[in-house]
Amino acid sequence: MNGSVNKVNKALRNYAIFTAVYTLYLICIGGLVTSHGVGMSVPDWPTTYGYNMFRFPVSGWIAGVYYEHTHRLVASVLGVLTAILAIWLWVDETKGKDRRNGVIGLVVILLIAGGIMGIRTTAVFVGIAAFGVAGALFGLYRQSQADGVRWLGFAALSAVIAQGVLGGLRVTLNMDAIGIFHATIAQLFFLLLVAIGLFQSGWWKCLPVSAAVDGRFRMLFVGTTLLIVVQLMIAATMRHQHAGLAIPDFPLAYGKLWPATDDASLHFYNAHRQEMAGENPITRFQIILQMIHRMVALVILLAVAWCAGQTRKVLGWTNPLAKLSALWLGLIVLQVFLGAATIWTGKAADVATSHVAIGSLSLITGGVLSLVSFRLSSRRDEKNLAPAASSSFISKSVTSSR
Amino acid sequence: MKKSFVFGVAAIVAGALQVVSAADIAGKVTLKGTPPAEKEIEPLMKDPTCGKLHKEPVKTRFYVTGTDNGLANTFVYIKSGLPAGQKFTPKGDAMLDQVGCIYEPYVSGVMVDQKIKIKNSDPVLHNVHATPTANAEFNFAQPVQNQVNEKSFSKPEVMVRFKCDVHPWMFAYVGVLEHPFFAVTDKDGKFTIPNLPAGKYTLEAKHMKAGTVTKEITVGDKNEPINLELSVPQ
Repeated sequence: MNGSVNKVNKALRNYAIFTAVYTLYLICIGGLVTSHGVGMSVPDWPTTYGYNMFRFPVSGWIAGVYYEHTHRLVASVLGVLTAILAIWLWVDETKGKDRRNGVIGLVVILLIAGGIMGIRTTAVFVGIAAFGVAGALFGLYRQSQADGVRWLGFAALSAVIAQGVLGGLRVTLNMDAIGIFHATIAQLFFLLLVAIGLFQSGWWKCLPVSAAVDGRFRMLFVGTTLLIVVQLMIAATMRHQHAGLAIPDFPLAYGKLWPATDDASLHFYNAHRQEMAGENPITRFQIILQMIHRMVALVILLAVAWCAGQTRKVLGWTNPLAKLSALWLGLIVLQVFLGAATIWTGKAADVATSHVAIGSLSLITGGVLSLVSFRLSSRRDEKNLAPAASSSFISKSVTSSR
Repeated sequence: MKKSFVFGVAAIVAGALQVVSAADIAGKVTLKGTPPAEKEIEPLMKDPTCGKLHKEPVKTRFYVTGTDNGLANTFVYIKSGLPAGQKFTPKGDAMLDQVGCIYEPYVSGVMVDQKIKIKNSDPVLHNVHATPTANAEFNFAQPVQNQVNEKSFSKPEVMVRFKCDVHPWMFAYVGVLEHPFFAVTDKDGKFTIPNLPAGKYTLEAKHMKAGTVTKEITVGDKNEPINLELSVPQ
């Protein structure tokens, strides 16, 4: 281990941030696939209509194939970007034998995963996905005991391998349930990359001790962020029902505060619905799920509004935590509007996908707030502190908690 | 010689009895109430390839009605009443075609294990994605014009949806039964189920939007037309 973990490698930081932004781009592309209902438009994987994915003729990039195929290509690039990030982090934070062994290990993992992918059987794909998930969890565990962020890089590489294979399995096994995991892991992967970029920044490394945050804020940030994760999972489940809009109006639901879900009402809803894409019939479960989604959204809105108000009151408006909380509130308000707009536009693909993207950014903002609030508390215990930051962060009104 | 003559006569009599004890049943399915107006399929018309295959706008087929409120695309079949354990063999293959980026027919019926020839008559690729609940789901590519693939279902299921994920407006429904006694109503809601043996049955009519209606029928030498009515929920 060396002291380079406290130095800022600007090129690496910028690259990590670029990879995180690229991940958001991929989430949007993937969102368009589901919003257009074309996730199964390419029946084979990892080939595309029998072609090597990278050699599929542009003339075939039509209609639904365009969205699904470009999604796969963009995802492949993210895999390469993540591999480079993982290796670069290891090179940056280690030296000598540690560096050599780490880089060789990462390259071997890539070669093995790539080679095994040539054995195109379900058992192999499931095995790769399982090892990817296990690797990600192992990386997170090792990071909890290590300096720097190279183990987060390892976790990200493992996760992106698992994510790619899960996307393929969803197609080859015709299993919508895998699509729900695929969507959820995408959001968590995005958060992981943002965290890596954050940890590489000089701002993070120089967070001052005196700006420690009250424990109540930490719990509020973390609790609300976890609630957003739950909301994203509910949303992913809704979108992968492939039933279109279970409730076609907002803020009411079939004209009521709580919609009727008896058999006769369901028959009425389905009989009068004119779905353009042969969607599955609306079910009681889907209606209730959307109502839960609406209620959780309200709870999140109230929780984030509370965060924004309390941080401003206690920490002061100039405190970055207060500013970030205000941004968080703005994102949630926008997200509520986009959710309503998704319904009002009959689930227009661009509106629904924007709703996905702002949901991602809401998660990231909450994640950053949580990480920063915990960092501020932990700094008091560190023996080798970097020089304190300028007054842009420190608020004199902050009171340390013990 | 005398024995073979007796057997011959017996066979002729048995055949004649068979003819007398099976009959065609015919009828009509009508729709009560006012359904939502059909919509123009805008994504199809806007598609650069599929749109060129049509001179007139293509509309949805949720409630196609004809003369005297006859309801088309209703799957009419014998739900129960056939002797238990009786086996029927499919005759010939069924056909499901993709023409002008539309499935034809919209509603059809096949028997268990009957081959369905699925054809792509279009100059554009499609994928054929069946989403049954009792049978195995499948999804395969048809990138070539006039490509024909064969599939079948091993279990009865009313109805199985077929869709194209490349062109999401394309979908159709296929009913799968263990016997051949089914029909799909025509544009005026009329149907005929041929050669149904004499007996008592439960007849069901299923429409993908209007729901189902059942009726107890008795098939004999003389059979009156069967009228079934479905309603648009109000």
